[in-house]
This record gives sequence, structure tokens and C-alpha cells, in this order.
Amino acid sequence: MTERVRLLTLYPDELNIYADRGNLLFLRKRCEWRGIEFEAKEAGPGETFSPEEADLIYIGGGQDRDQEAVGADLLETKGEAVTTFVEMGKPLLAVCGGFQLLGRTWSSGDGEARDGLGVFDVTTERGTGERLIGAVAVETNLLDERLLVAGFENHAGRTRLDAGATPFGTVIAGYGNNGEDGTEGVLRRNSIGTYLHGPLLPKNPRLADLLLALALSPTDPNPPGLARLEDSLEMAAHQEALDAALRNRRNRNRRSRVQTS
Amino acid sequence: MPELRASLARAIGGLSRISGRGGGTTLPGRAMLVLDPSALERLGGQLTDGSVLVSATNGKTTTAAMLSRMVEESGQRVLANRAGSNMPWGIVTTLLDDREALGLFEVDEAWLPEVAGSLRPRLIVLGNLFRDQLDRYGETESIASSWARLVEGLGKGTVLAANADDPLIASVAADSPGRVLFFGIEDEGVALDKPPHAADARRCRRCGGRLVFDRSYLGHLGEYHCPACGLARPAPDLVATEVELHGAEGVSATLTLGATEFRLDLPLPGVYNLYNALAAIAGAVALGIDVEEARLALESLPPVFGRAEPIHLAEGEARIFLVKNPVGANEVLRSLDQEEGPLDLWLALNDRIADGRDVSWIWDADYETLAGKTRSVVCSGSRAAEMALRLKYAGVNSESIRVDREIGRSMVTALGAATGTLYALPTYTALLELKDYLAEHRDLEPFWEGPGQ
Ligand SMILES: [Zn+2]
Repeated sequence: MTERVRLLTLYPDELNIYADRGNLLFLRKRCEWRGIEFEAKEAGPGETFSPEEADLIYIGGGQDRDQEAVGADLLETKGEAVTTFVEMGKPLLAVCGGFQLLGRTWSSGDGEARDGLGVFDVTTERGTGERLIGAVAVETNLLDERLLVAGFENHAGRTRLDAGATPFGTVIAGYGNNGEDGTEGVLRRNSIGTYLHGPLLPKNPRLADLLLALALSPTDPNPPGLARLEDSLEMAAHQEALDAALRNRRNRNRRSRVQTS
Repeated sequence: MPELRASLARAIGGLSRISGRGGGTTLPGRAMLVLDPSALERLGGQLTDGSVLVSATNGKTTTAAMLSRMVEESGQRVLANRAGSNMPWGIVTTLLDDREALGLFEVDEAWLPEVAGSLRPRLIVLGNLFRDQLDRYGETESIASSWARLVEGLGKGTVLAANADDPLIASVAADSPGRVLFFGIEDEGVALDKPPHAADARRCRRCGGRLVFDRSYLGHLGEYHCPACGLARPAPDLVATEVELHGAEGVSATLTLGATEFRLDLPLPGVYNLYNALAAIAGAVALGIDVEEARLALESLPPVFGRAEPIHLAEGEARIFLVKNPVGANEVLRSLDQEEGPLDLWLALNDRIADGRDVSWIWDADYETLAGKTRSVVCSGSRAAEMALRLKYAGVNSESIRVDREIGRSMVTALGAATGTLYALPTYTALLELKDYLAEHRDLEPFWEGPGQ
């Protein structure tokens, strides 16, 4: 039997601001090169889906107006299916706005609190300070594997984890959830919420492959390895993104030294 | 006192040039604004022929250069800001030198409200608003809102030349108390099959409903309407039809303005440059310049560095196209797609502040059109590997891609590997580095104007 990954993207027309399409392209190509059948499905406003129809869900970020346009629709038409999907242990990746929408509450452009789906045990408030923008590097542990993950963040929201919630990673350079507690994103079963875009997966091929492995066998605690690919360009791009984040950290340290001296 | 402050500010600029620390093009203005925060308003008020502002995400440098040439050919003196000086301090620097002219300034999108508020210009040319450097500008919607507040507060004396095909620009311009000259394209032949991925502004600014595009020409520019509230694209006063694209060489079209109709042969490629030309002609008309004169000025336009200009080097010929956001990249790729392959390419991606620290935009541009069409590819810049990775996932043969972060050296390699014309696609600071390198090693500087954004 041929292996198959069915990727479902939620609101691709509304939530795509940070080149989210790069994440989907990356997953597709890495399946094709391995002879894994790849099927891309979409669910926009008003459309429903069943958790059995998908192996991997992706939800990206959008402009304020777009995020507000889909926020209520997510609860009404897809809430139950997304929650069931995550609780089945299937992998979901939610980036930036999508991450906020899946938390318990999030904040609209004018600062009003809105109900999120509550799949992730986090709350997001609109920050009073500046937007948190820049290259990020985080350290994470997925399927017992230590990973350095690089990306770019750009968010006004400050996200806080509930007590007992697990972050996606620990910030090495950059701001993360709120710029204060050193956490980045959230993990729930095999699902990830994160602020890292850039897009995330092309800069982190190992993370992309772990998601694909989980999509192929979500209930196996040690999913079978995927065929190796020639990844020298991928690793060079990963290193460039890590370097950008570390450079960013050095500059920030230098600035703060100047300010305090 | 003002004169003393101006001399002091100029002296500071002179010192910075002599000391070789750079910044001579904006430092006097920065100093002046510290000494006199109202310098822009005060000095701008002394311009003998008033001022004109040009702003857009893409093409403002080209549009301003076009309009400048039209005004000069009509016999008026023009005071223009140098490229890269399109924020208040850059304009103040320019004003310190001369005020007996028409001030014609390209202005950074985010600074347009402040600059216009100080200068109270005779004319503002509004080209387009695209997703660009989200890490600096934020969402296009928030820029559009700041422009809307600016336009509502304009006096009746300010004319707008505005792009009817950009729903953000059109809805902003519609509320102007003064005269508005709309320009646009109407030609099924150059319409895209569907709006590209990088399209913004799919929502109506008035009601938030989803816009329907009957034709898309470039990003979200096209013929559109809002079924929810009935908002329609304004009928353009200046319209281009019968558009013919001639690859990297140029574009021609029939232009109609009232009872006047003429054919324009533009020596710059692509639908994007046709939009720049329409913006400049509409601006010229608003200034009372004869359309025929404007056309002649355009057709004899000297090349601007980084804008498709061919350069001849010992190693071969290169054509350089500045690329800085997905919509701009798509337009360049569209011009390249019309060239006979296989192509020799040099792509340089930097992630400095002026490029946007966030390089995610390359994943939104349609590099897929290059798949199967390349002979040699060299990727350069601080994010050379990411550029190469994008091409690999676009279907370009990864074994034909070389990665070298050094701008100058990689350009020489690319020229050596090229059999035909080398198409060079640098981001903004990569273009500046390339210009410096070529000036130092090839003595080409005197022919070029610097690149702006
Ligand atoms: Zn509407």
C-alpha cells in the first residue's frame, strides 16, 4: 500500500500573510520525492470537514481584518472537528494568527477580547508596547529529539501559557510568546502552536519531517523513519536563519549595554 | 537665524562626507530637523513652484524619474530628492541646497502623511500599495488608513493622480476634497488567469466584503467590484488598452485621455512599468503639461540603474532588475518568462533593514515559472542559501545552482557561467553593494543614478 499524507489547510485565502504557502510547498515536495502520495485539501469560511479526512492540519496567520473575519467561523463550523483531530493525537501546525485563534482567548485589532477554540491552553492579549519583531531561535524537544528551530516573528499579541501547559520551545534568541518568560509557542499532544514564520518549515527540515512522520502514524510513539533526502541546501538555509537570530541577539545585547552604561 | 541653522546643518553634512562615514545625503536634514523641527514646512514653503509628491510600494523611484523628466522637458526647473532619501530628513537635505524650482519628491509610504502635511503639495501621485516588508511597514491596510486620513484633510488645491486599479488607492482617493485624475488598464489580453498568491486587498475597505476581480493585471491591481456594498472601480480618466509586452525590452499600449488617443512605446518592460508611466502621465497632465510632450519624454527616458538597464562588462552583458517584494518579483519573472530560454541568472537576497529582515516574501513569489528554463543559476547575499532553497522547491534543477554569499565575486562567477545575457535580480542593499563593486572594479559609476525604492 502506498503511503499517503492528506494535508488540510484552514482558511488558505484569509490566513496566509507570512508566505504560509512555503510551508505547504515544503511538505508537498518532501512527500513527492519520497514517493509518498500527497493530497492537499482546503477548508474556507462556512466549510466543514471530518477529522478522519485529514492526516495533518495547517493554519496560518492573517491581517487583523482577516483574522476577525474567520474567528467566529472557526468556532461555528470547524471547532468540534479541530478539537477531535488534536485529541486523536494527529499533528496540527498553527502559526501566528492561527496559534492565537486556537488558544482560549485572543484579542481583536481594537483590543477587544474574543473567544478562541481553546485547543491550546493559552491566552493572548494585545500588547501595549511595540510589536515583537525579529529573527528567533528556540530549542525544543519533539518525539524525544532535541531540535534547534529558527524562524521570524512579528506579533503585537502577548501570549501566556496556563499553568501546566507545555511550551513549544525555549527562546534562545528573539522574543517568543511575550518577550518576558522565555517560552515560545505551545504543544498539545502532537499539535504545535507557534509565532515562528519565515516560513517555518523550509528553515527547519527536521521539524517538517517529524510532522510528516506523525501524519503517517499518529498513534505510534516511535514513528518509522522517513527516507533520507539530500538536504545540504536545506541545512545551509537552516544555519543562515539561526545565524540571523543569533546576530540579532548580539546586537540587542550590545544596544542594552550602551543604554545602561 | 534660520540661515545660520541651515549653514550649520550643511556643514555637518559636508563633514560627514569628508570623513567618509557616509550619510551625507541625509545627515544635514537630520541635523536641521533637530535644530528646527518645522524645517520641512518652512523650507518647503520657499519652493518657488510648489511641490509634487510621489508614493507607492513599487515603482515610486521610476515614476518620480519619469515625471521629473516630463517637467524638465516642459522647461521648468525640478528639484528632486536623490534615491534613498525619501524620508523627511532626506527631503530637508535636498531643500537646503535649492528652493528655486518645483520640488518633486518620492516619499516613503509610511512617511507620506507627515511629508504631505508639511509641504501641502500641488499634486500627489498615488501608485499602489502592496504587501512589503511587513517587519517595517506592518499591514498594507494600516498604511491605507493613514493615507485615507491624509487625503480627507487635504485642501481643495491639491490634485491627486491615483491608480483606479488598486482598490486600496481608489477608495482612499475617492474621498479627496480636490480633483482626482484616475488612471488604469483595460485589456483582457494581459489579464492573469487568476489573482496571484501574493495578492493583497481582496477585501473591500468600505464594508469588509470580498472583492470580485473581473480582471487582474498585477497582484491585486485590476478591474474589481464589491458585490456586498456595490463599490466599483472608478472609471479611469487615463486608460491603457491594446497592451503589448516585449519581454525584457519594453511594453507598448494605446493610451486614451478624453478625446486624445496615442500609442506609447515604453523602453522599460512589463505591466508594472506601464503603471508607472500611466502614473507619471496623469501627474504631468495634472500639472498642465501637454500629453504629447509627456509621451516624448517617456520614450527617450534614460535608464535608471537596477531598472532593467543593460550593462556591458568585459565578461558579458547583464540586465539588472531590483526585486524587493513578491508582487515586484512576479512582474520581473513575468518579463523573464517571455525571453527565450534557457536563462542565466544571478539572484541576491539580503536581509538587512532596508531589504526587510524577514525574507519570507520569496516563498510568496512565483519562482515556479523558472523551472526547466534555467541554464546557470548563482545565488548570493546574506541569505543566499534560502534563495537557492526557494528555487529548488520551485522545481529549478538544484545541481545547476551555485551558492556564494559574496556579492561581487558571485557576480563575476555568474557572468563567467552565462552564455547569453545574465539576468540579475538583487534586493535593495544587494543592488547597492553590486553598484559599489562595479564602480570600484569596473569604473561604471558616472553613468548611473543610484537606486531608490
Ligand atoms: Zn464593499
